[in-house]
Formats: sequence, C-alpha cells, structure tokens
Amino acid sequence: MRAFGITKRINSIKFSLLSPEEIRKMSAVKVITADTYDDDGFPIDKGLMDLHMGVIEPGLRCKTCGGKVDECPGHFGHIELAMPVVHVGFVKNIKNYLDATCSECGRIKLKDEEIEIYKQKIEEAKAMGASPMQLFVIYKKIIDEASSRPICPHCGAEQKKIALDKPTTFREEGRKLTPKEVRERLERIPDEDLPLLGINPENARPEWMVLTVLPVPPVNMRPTITLETGERSEDDLTHKLVDIIRINQRLRENRDSGAPQLIIEDLWELLQYHVTTYFDNQTAGIPPARHRSGRPLKTIVQRLKGKEGRFRSNLSGKRVNFSSRTVISPEPFLSINEVGVPEKAARELTVPIAVTEQNIEKMREIVLRGPNPKKEDGKYVPGANYVIRSDGRRIKITEINAENVAKKLEVGWVVERHMTNGDIVLFNRQPSLHRMSMMGHLVKVMPYRTFRFNLAVCPPYNADFDGDEMNLHVIQGEEARAEAKILMLVQEHILSPRFGGPIIGGIHDHITAMFLLTHNNPKFTKEQAIHLLSYLNYDTLPEPHIEKGKEYFYGKDIFSLILPKGLNMEFKSKICDPSVCGGKCVFDKCPIDAYVVIRDGKLVAGTIDENAIGSFKGKLLDRIAKMGSNVVREFIDNLTRLAVGVISYIGFTTGIDDEDIPEDAKLQIMSVIEEAENKVEKLIESYRKGQLQPAPGRSLEETLEMEIMGVLAKARDEAGKISARYLGLENPSVIMARSGARASMLNLSQMAGSIGQQSVRGQRLHRGYQDRTLPHFKRGDLGAKARGFVESSYKKGLNPTEYFFHSMGGREGLVDTAVRTSRSGYMQRRLINALEDLKVREDRVVVDTGGNIIQFKYGEDGIDPTRSSWGENIDMEEILTDLFGEEYLLRRRKK
Amino acid sequence: MTEKLALIWKDKIGNVESIKLNAPVYYAVDFPVKLEAPFYAYITLKGKEANYRLKISEVKDYEPLEGILKRTTKNLKTLLKIEEVQEIASIPMYEFKKESGEEIKRVSKYSYGILIEHGEFTIEKFRDMKPREKEIFEIAKKDHGVELPFSIVEKIAKTEEEYSMKKTELKRLIARVVEVYRKRLVDPYEAVGIIAAQSIGEPGTQMTLRTFHYAGVAEMNVTLGLPRLIEIVDARRDPSTPMMTIYLREDLRYSEDAAREVAKKIESTTIKDVADVITNITDMSVVIRPNMAEMENRGVRKEDIVENLAKIKVKSVVEVVGDDIKLKLSEPSYKNLNRLANEIRMLNLKGIKGIERAIVRKGKDNGEWVIYTQGSNLREVLNLDEVDGKRVRTNNIIEIADVLGIEAARNSIINEALDTLHQQGLSVDMRHMMLVADMMTYNGHVEAIGRHGVAGQKESVLARAAFEITSKHLLAAGVTGEVDELKGVAENIIVGQPVTLGTGAVVLIYKPKKR
Repeated sequence: MRAFGITKRINSIKFSLLSPEEIRKMSAVKVITADTYDDDGFPIDKGLMDLHMGVIEPGLRCKTCGGKVDECPGHFGHIELAMPVVHVGFVKNIKNYLDATCSECGRIKLKDEEIEIYKQKIEEAKAMGASPMQLFVIYKKIIDEASSRPICPHCGAEQKKIALDKPTTFREEGRKLTPKEVRERLERIPDEDLPLLGINPENARPEWMVLTVLPVPPVNMRPTITLETGERSEDDLTHKLVDIIRINQRLRENRDSGAPQLIIEDLWELLQYHVTTYFDNQTAGIPPARHRSGRPLKTIVQRLKGKEGRFRSNLSGKRVNFSSRTVISPEPFLSINEVGVPEKAARELTVPIAVTEQNIEKMREIVLRGPNPKKEDGKYVPGANYVIRSDGRRIKITEINAENVAKKLEVGWVVERHMTNGDIVLFNRQPSLHRMSMMGHLVKVMPYRTFRFNLAVCPPYNADFDGDEMNLHVIQGEEARAEAKILMLVQEHILSPRFGGPIIGGIHDHITAMFLLTHNNPKFTKEQAIHLLSYLNYDTLPEPHIEKGKEYFYGKDIFSLILPKGLNMEFKSKICDPSVCGGKCVFDKCPIDAYVVIRDGKLVAGTIDENAIGSFKGKLLDRIAKMGSNVVREFIDNLTRLAVGVISYIGFTTGIDDEDIPEDAKLQIMSVIEEAENKVEKLIESYRKGQLQPAPGRSLEETLEMEIMGVLAKARDEAGKISARYLGLENPSVIMARSGARASMLNLSQMAGSIGQQSVRGQRLHRGYQDRTLPHFKRGDLGAKARGFVESSYKKGLNPTEYFFHSMGGREGLVDTAVRTSRSGYMQRRLINALEDLKVREDRVVVDTGGNIIQFKYGEDGIDPTRSSWGENIDMEEILTDLFGEEYLLRRRKK
Repeated sequence: MTEKLALIWKDKIGNVESIKLNAPVYYAVDFPVKLEAPFYAYITLKGKEANYRLKISEVKDYEPLEGILKRTTKNLKTLLKIEEVQEIASIPMYEFKKESGEEIKRVSKYSYGILIEHGEFTIEKFRDMKPREKEIFEIAKKDHGVELPFSIVEKIAKTEEEYSMKKTELKRLIARVVEVYRKRLVDPYEAVGIIAAQSIGEPGTQMTLRTFHYAGVAEMNVTLGLPRLIEIVDARRDPSTPMMTIYLREDLRYSEDAAREVAKKIESTTIKDVADVITNITDMSVVIRPNMAEMENRGVRKEDIVENLAKIKVKSVVEVVGDDIKLKLSEPSYKNLNRLANEIRMLNLKGIKGIERAIVRKGKDNGEWVIYTQGSNLREVLNLDEVDGKRVRTNNIIEIADVLGIEAARNSIINEALDTLHQQGLSVDMRHMMLVADMMTYNGHVEAIGRHGVAGQKESVLARAAFEITSKHLLAAGVTGEVDELKGVAENIIVGQPVTLGTGAVVLIYKPKKR
C-alpha cells in the first residue's frame, strides 16, 4: 500500500552480539531432530522445518504468529550444543583476549594507572570523533602492551604463552585448551576491563564468542526447493544444520554414557568442524564441506560476501518491476528528449494514476478499454491492466470485467494505465559509467519492437546500433516523476560535468551533412531549398539571392535558420589548416572557408563541422546550451532533421575507390619505403660491425631498435603525406576525415599508402620461432619486413606474413581492452565508494555526511563544471561579445 | 636555547603518558647522563623523529625513591627530574647533529644532539591581489554583494587593461560577470563527490595500458595511462617509474657542461657500475676488478672504492693487489661470502641514493639545460646548491608529502593525474581531480582511495561491509557495539530509504490549510 503523509526514517542501526540467553529467548522452538519432513511431506515437530520457525508452503500457517506464507516473517529456533565450540569469526578476538588477560584472575595485564591512562585516551579519541578503524588501532596497541607482560600485575601469576593452532584450536605451551576452558577464562574477565579490549560490555561479553547454543535461522531463509520431478532439495544451510544436530546428538549420548575421553574429543572436534563450516565454508586450513555432488556448500559468510553476495547483489542493488529491455535502433525524427517505445512494451508497462474528481471520467474511459484496446483512428490509445482499490486490493482488468470495474471506479482508487505519449521514463544503457548513462525520456509509442531515439543521444550512452540493448524504467511516483522531468530529462544533460562541454551533439552524418551544407556556401534553387526546409518546422524562406532572374538560396542561409537569434561568435573550424595562410589567420576571408563568423544568429562565414556541432567538441553547441536547455534542445532537434534532409538530398557515398591514387603517387610511396628499408639495413650493418653508438643509458640493441622504429615511423608518415597530397576535399573519405565526422587522415593513408609498423608491447614484433618471427625469414634477421613492418596498404592487400603480423598487433589491442575494462571498473568502484558521501553545502563548502570539511570552496571558485566553459569559470570572450557585440569581435581580430 | 646539546632517548608511549600525567616527577633511566641540568631532552618513539620535548631540571645518580617512574625495571643508573613534557611536531632525526658534527640517523637507545638552526623560514604567498584587482574586487562586493574568486578578478583586470576600457564599460562588464558567475555556481547539495568519481572513472575505459617513452627523453620509460592513474589514487609509496626533473641555478642553467657536471654528481654510482665483482670460493675472498674506462667516465678513483669499502658491515680484510682490490673474510663462511659480494656490488660510491640515471637535455622553452633522472630522491636533490629548488619536480607523491608537506602533495596529485589524463587526450575538469586530491589528503596525510584508505575509514558499518571484506566488518561491529547512524549514501540504499544528497538533503513538509 502506498503510504501517505510523512514517511518514517530509520534513525540508526545498532550492532551487538547475541548472548546465549538472548538466543534462547528469541527462539520459537528448540530443534532436536535432524530430520526435516515426514513421509507425508509434512514438517516434523522439533525438526529443522518445524512450523514454529515459519512456513514456506502455501496453505500452511505459522505456529508462532499464525501468518501465511507471505505474512509470516519467520522465527528463529535454537540448538543446545552438548559441548561449547568456538565461533570462527571471533577466533582472532579470543586469541587477543586470552593473551591480554591473566589466566588466573582474568584481569587485563595492565597496572591500574595504565588502565586509567588508556581509558582516558580512548575517551579522548571518541570525543574527537575517531573512526572505528582508528579506534581499532588503539585497541590493538593496548592488547599488544598487555600481552607482552609475563606476570600479571594484579595477582602476580605467571603467564604461559598461548598459541593459536589455526583455525580454531588454542594451545597453552603445547597443551590443548578445550573450548570449555577457553570459555571459562573469558568468563573471568571483569566488565570494567572490557572497554580496553575494544568490547562494549553493554553489547557483548567475550565468552559469548564461544558458543553454547546455536541459533537456527527461520525456514524462509533456507527454503526447500521442490523440483519438477516432485523431488525435494534442501538448502545448503539446512544440510549443514542437519550435520550439526547429528553430531551434537552423538556427542551428548557419548558424554552421558561416559564414553572414553578420546571418542568424546573426536566428536567434539567434529562438531567444531561443522559449526565452523556452517559459518564460513572457506576457512583457511580446513577442507570445505561439500554437497553430495561434490560442490562446496554455500554457507553464511559465502551468502553475504563478494559481488554475488547479499550486500552487493541484493542490498546495494535491487531488482525492480516496471522495466523492460530490448534492442535499440535510430530515429532522427524523434526529439532528443523522446524515446520510441514499442506498443507491446507500452501495454505491459503501466503508470499508476490516482483517481480524483477531476480525472475520474477520463479514467473510466481508460479502464473501459481494458488491457487490449483497439486502435482508435489508427492511433495508439492507452488501456489499463489493474486498478487498486482504496483498501489496497488489486483487481486485474480483463476484457470481461472491464465494463464492470469502470462502473465501480471511485475517487481514491489507483488505475494502472498503459504508458502513453508524453509519459516520462528512465532510459539506461550499461555499463552505467556516469550520470548521463541514465536519463529521462518522454515516451512516444511506436510500432515494431525496438526502442528508438535520436542519434545525437548516442554519445552519452555510448550506444551504437549493432545489436545493443537498453533498459527502460517507468516511474511510479509523483515526486520521482517531477524530479525526473526537472533534473533527468535529456535536455538537462547536454553539457557534461566531466569537461564542461556538450556531450550530446552531432555525430558522423550530422557533421558530414553540415559540412556539405555550409562549406563554400553552395547554392540551392527554390525547389531544392523548400525540399530541405520541409524537414524542419519553418514556413518562411530566407531572403533569396537573385541571379539571372532566378531565385537561389545559400547553404549558410539555410543553416542560419536553425540558429537562435542574437548569437554572436567567431571560432576556427576543424578543417582549419595553418599551412594555407602561413599561420596568419585572415578571419572571414579564409581561403578554405575555415573561420566561422556568426552575427546575430546568421552564419556569415566559415564551415560548420565538428568544432561547431560535434559532441565533445562543438563550440557552437556549448554557446547555445548556455542560452537555455529548451533552446539547445530545439537546435539539436532541428540540426538532426536538417542533416538527414541535406545528406539524403545531396547524397553522400564512400567506397574503397575513394582511396585511389595515381600510379605516380604509388611509385613515390614505394620509393620512400624502399629508402627507409635500406636505411634500416644500413643501421643493422653498422650495429653488426659494432659501429653503432649506444644512446646514453641504453644497450646497443635498444638503441638499434629505437633508431629503426624512428626511421620506419617517419617513412609511414612520409607515405601518408604523399597520399594526402592526392586526396583533396572533393573526396568523400577526406570530407569525413577532415570535418571530424569519422576516421582520420591516418586511416586513409593506411588504406592508400602503407599500413606501417606493427607492434606488441610497444616493440617491433620479435617473438615466435627461434631468433625469428616466422619461418619465412632467416634466423637473426632484424630487417623491417622480418620484424612486422607492413609495407602494403589495406587497399592493395597484405601478403601472408604481413597479414599474420597485422593479426598479432590486432590481438594485442583486443587483450588490452579486456584487461582495461576490468581494471578501470574496479578503480571507478573505489573512487565512487570513497567520494559518494560528499555534498556541497549552501555556502559551497564541501562536506561529507559525517560533517568533515573536505573543501572550503568547491573547486576553489564554487563553479559547477557543467556550467563552466571547458573548465573556465567565466568565458570572457562570451561575455564581451554579448556586451559589445561586433565591436568587440573586430577589436579582438586586430590583435 | 636550541643550539645547546640536548639528550635524546627512545621510549615507549606508555611511559611518556605517565610522565605527562605525573610531571614534575623523577624519572629513572638506564644510562648515564653527562649533561648538566637544566637542559632540554627529546623523546623519540620510533627512533627516527623526536616527538616530545622535556625540560630537565635535575640530574642525579639512581636511588630507589618513593613515587618515581622508571624507563625499564633493570640497570637503572640515573634519575632525571622532569619538569614538563611538550608534545611537539615531530622533528626528524637528521635535523640533529652530534657533537662531532655528524648527522644522527636514528636513535636506538639514547644519544646527544644539537638541533640544527635553520634560520627564519618565510612562506611566500603565491600572489597577492594587485591594487587594481583589489579595486575591482571591492566594486563587485559593494555594487553586487559578491566576493568574486581571485581567478575571475584576475580575468577582469586583464581584460580591462587589454581593451583599455572606459569606466562605464568596466562597470557593465563587472555587472555581467557577476550575473554569469551567480548563474554558474554549483547547486547546493549537489553530489559533487559522485560526479567527480564518475568523471575520472568514465574515461578510464578509454586509456591505454602501456608504458611509454617520456616525451623529449627517449631514454626513459614512464608509466602512463590507466596504470599510472591507478598508482596515483592508490597513493603507492614507490611509483613504478620514479622520475625527477631538475632545474639548475640561474648561473648554471645555460651551460651544458655545468649541467653535465651536476648530473654526474647526482647519478648514483655503485661498485657494480664501475667494476666486476668476482667471488673466489677457494680462499674465501671477493675480488673487485675495476673497469678503467667506466671509472673515468663516471669520475671514480680507485681510492674512492677503497675508502668506501670501510662502510661494509661484513667483517673482512681489504688488500690492494695491483689493479684489483681483494677482500678476504676474517672467518670463512659461505653465507657471509655471498653477503659480502652482494653488499660490495650495491655499495654506493658517489651520487644520490635512488637516482639510477641522470640525463641532460635542453629544455623546451628557453634553451636552458635540464636534468631528467630515473629514480627520485627529493630531499637530497633539494639540498644541492646547484639546483633551483623552487622548480625541482618529482612524480613521487608520497615523497613530496614527506619533504614539502601535505599541501604540496595535494597539488602534486592534481597535477600528476591531470597530466596523465591529458597525455591520453582526455579532458577532465580540474575541479574533479581537486576533490579527489582533497579527499586523499584532508586529514593531514596521504591516504589511498580504497580499502586501506578512505573507504576503510568510513563511519558506517554497512557501507564498509558493502565495499569489501564483508564478514570482518560485521563481526567487529558486533563486538564493539557500533551504531550505524545511516548518514551516508550506501547505508541508506541498503535499508531502502532516500539518500541525504541532492533533493534528498532537504526536508519539505506540506501542511494543507485547514478548511
């Protein structure tokens, strides 16, 4: 049931040890039989599945509280141990206490005045707010000090050395101490001395660490599983408890009948083993208890520990309802705020709506439609799956009862209606490395079976469409819905807090399209312009440009339509090449149109490419983002639509023939490589003759390798330059590389020119056969080709040895990624764990939840990195252009 | 008063505490004291640094008196009357000098020493506001009631000068800057820690794992990328590739020869580097056969070797046979022979310990000569006269914390981490790294991010249990009776209630009007 009004909070949780009395007191039954069910499948009385400990079978009622399966929380039972046994988790504590206290009088082996000093110290430390870990250090010191005393300062008894025989046996000068003796000694320690040993006497007594009675967990903590065959299978804990009861029984019988000491001791030890493994089945020094099949049992510690343990898998992260997962695909005609949800999912995922006087008619209509409404006018309409009555009863709506339920509907009920357009949901892709991995989207119900979203939202999720799947969660509460809408909506996350620039923005084709639209300002006829603009929501054309009586429209003017008004800025395009103007920028007169000038929301000059609209790099995007999230959202929506329009109208294609270079160029590349190979040969020769001078601090071999690598890298660059000379900006591949849409000039030169040196661990390939990489080469050949230099291009194709070398380099890359993800994942987990509690106070002081001050002013200036301009707290240029406009921009150029 | 000879002894914390509690008191020690009262004495707990200063007013021979305190129970020789005990910021032992002028390395029982006077230390403020900047700061404060951060004031002043602004223009500019500044402030209760952790962790997946050659100095390998970043947040005592960049004094920095001279001086040379060490089992001796070329190259003379051999701890007789130097064991033992040979090989002849290699390179900017070293020893390098101490750098963060203090270490964490990220072409806002560095250093010493450092220090049992070593924390919590106040994030998620950050940090109660 939904709780209304003020919700309660747990204030604190206190930890302490259970005393034997407490265990008996909270026990619902004393378990004495090792059996579980009788032949009829009914739980045996006083057995491990006793009905007093709760029920797991529907139909039965708990004998303690009378509850049924989901009502009874379960109750503990207990086992009286015939002989005490040590609790494995406390073995180290027990050892410390035995060492630090007198074996005769039980006092801590410190003088009274020392006791006073240390008590004071502990108080001081506590008053200063020492963390538990810091207190442990003090306790450890006290224990060490007390343990080193050979004679008790209180009673003068001489102390014998106690050794711990792992895991659970104590020996005093070789003589075995039975748990009983250990317990007796611990009992003698007075309450006053306990704080010095790190024990709070209100919570724990040392002798409780030696068990005389064992709590039996409720049955719903260790349920019986019934297999399809009707066979029953007990939980690992139950198995372990059976063992304990059996041995306990035998031990009691033998002890009572006065069996020989040897037999009793053996049984006692066996009981100790079972209790030990019941707690922790991975205790060092003893073999783990195994299931019949040979699988080690999963006992208490194993249940809690590690990634799959209770803490990390069920408490820190929880499974949820109202979520779905499917494959993703792109849809440029959706806003970046939206997500396309398949109808099928929309009908399954529901939003709870409280019925009020205002919406009751609407709700009736929805309920009436039932769980599978037909489309109305070919449009999706929401139905409902359940209604929840005011008393909390849940009614499933079927086609049959829909009418009935709708009639009965009243204010105060809750209708779980289907998801519909405009609902806000959380959308997520794993791994969730930053907060942009889970953002709020508005639903748009669509046909087919994939989730769809705008391509500009790929970078924050790091998503592509090669089969990626994503998760979607429907928000179930009003507060959460409001928070999601205000804080989590995609448009609020366009700027990344990591570097203070846009993370949502143009990728791949968006950039290519904008380049085609704006570079060198192409002309479009009226028909063409109208076609392009039909992708946008604009009904007025820009000012036409008349030439020979015909109306033309410029690409830059069309782009200007989507720019917000009042925007002034200047910056360099990605395609800027200082070698063209000799390092002296000529601004808007740039010969390659690489200087962007925007005046009052009009693109005056320059090419729009990655530096303007790219995600991570878009300066223009960053500027617009600072004008408000609605403004950027609109800009990016328009941008993606326009990009689709432009690129599909103009057309853009690339193929391997893009990398065709003239025969002449090929010859040049060949000669460069040949020259480099000759140089390498010469180097090797001089090395062989001993003429090579070693670099300081390097061996001769290392020097040679370094030199060779240098020569070959230079050759590859040279080859790249030659091929680049023949690949101009009219070439689609080059457009992509230079505008920053995809790939780089290096990739192109590897396709057209030469692939270059392959390496493993930063060195030329050298392992494989004896003194050679492959049997195709002579032993000891240090030449370029023998050590992984691939002189072919991807286009020409690799010869067999080159192909093999290339695969070796490629393999390293794969291994590297695999290793890296796990390592960086762990680092991030540790970072999050260390920093998760920090927050900024109203006065911008950073504190942790304990109230410790970490920083006096967040980031030394109190600025939010998200709102910064690439880390700069204020962007002077932006402020000056805003204040003084063109005047400033012109003044700036003069310098 | 400090230049007087002082007594230093090693004692246990328990004894010190009882002296403190009972002072003034007579204290019996088990060694003779030759100083005349009154004098100062220092107590060291670990032998490496003085932790307490005592005023001693009387010295006399030991006699069993009522109510005296004792250092040990046996062999008591002297009684000292201790007037008071002061807990002092620990003074490292090398700050003391013996009467002979020798440095004290560590005190095992007791020693005498003179505290070396350092003269006045002046701490230079990084930079004060210039008058004009101060004015701008005041204008913003007066007109808008905002204390602008220094960096912003600086920018305004620079802009004003650059564009020679009019007074009205400046006013408009300040008004706009204040407006923008206010807009850009962080929201209160923002979970800045999580954002910082994500911002540093997320690009981790894009980093390389390899060791690279240091830019400019191809001879040296430097750990970069993810391993280096992990190393920094781990606060590892010894980085896998320690490295220093040493700049020289004004008058030396433009001379290559001078730089080489200094490099030679600091590069540590062991016998292994200049000679072959041969073990001879037949007559239980070790022969050192100097390599003349190397000797000359490194500026080592044969006499240096012989002189330094005195430091060898294994007992042996030194004998010069022609070019060779022969060391014969006093008592034959295979074990000792081996130890002797090893000790000889590693014997430091000259240079600074830990600096394996020093390379001289021309700096990038102004043609000055810079020394790059593999291995790091900040303390010793700073002691050299030839070095421009203000610009010396090392990548060993813990060493910086030890020598220059915690604030220097904090800055070094920020710089090292950001350099590592930038080198990989990843941009991460400086504020995130600052927060991590502050988290690692805010309690006065460098602590690692992880189970042994920050995360292990958490107040909450549940948070610690959820991180690592679950059972240990839960069991210990029971014994000490820990109370989890459920203040942090992890605990609240575990019990299933809202966390106290962001929108969860404010409590909002709606009271409907009574109708």
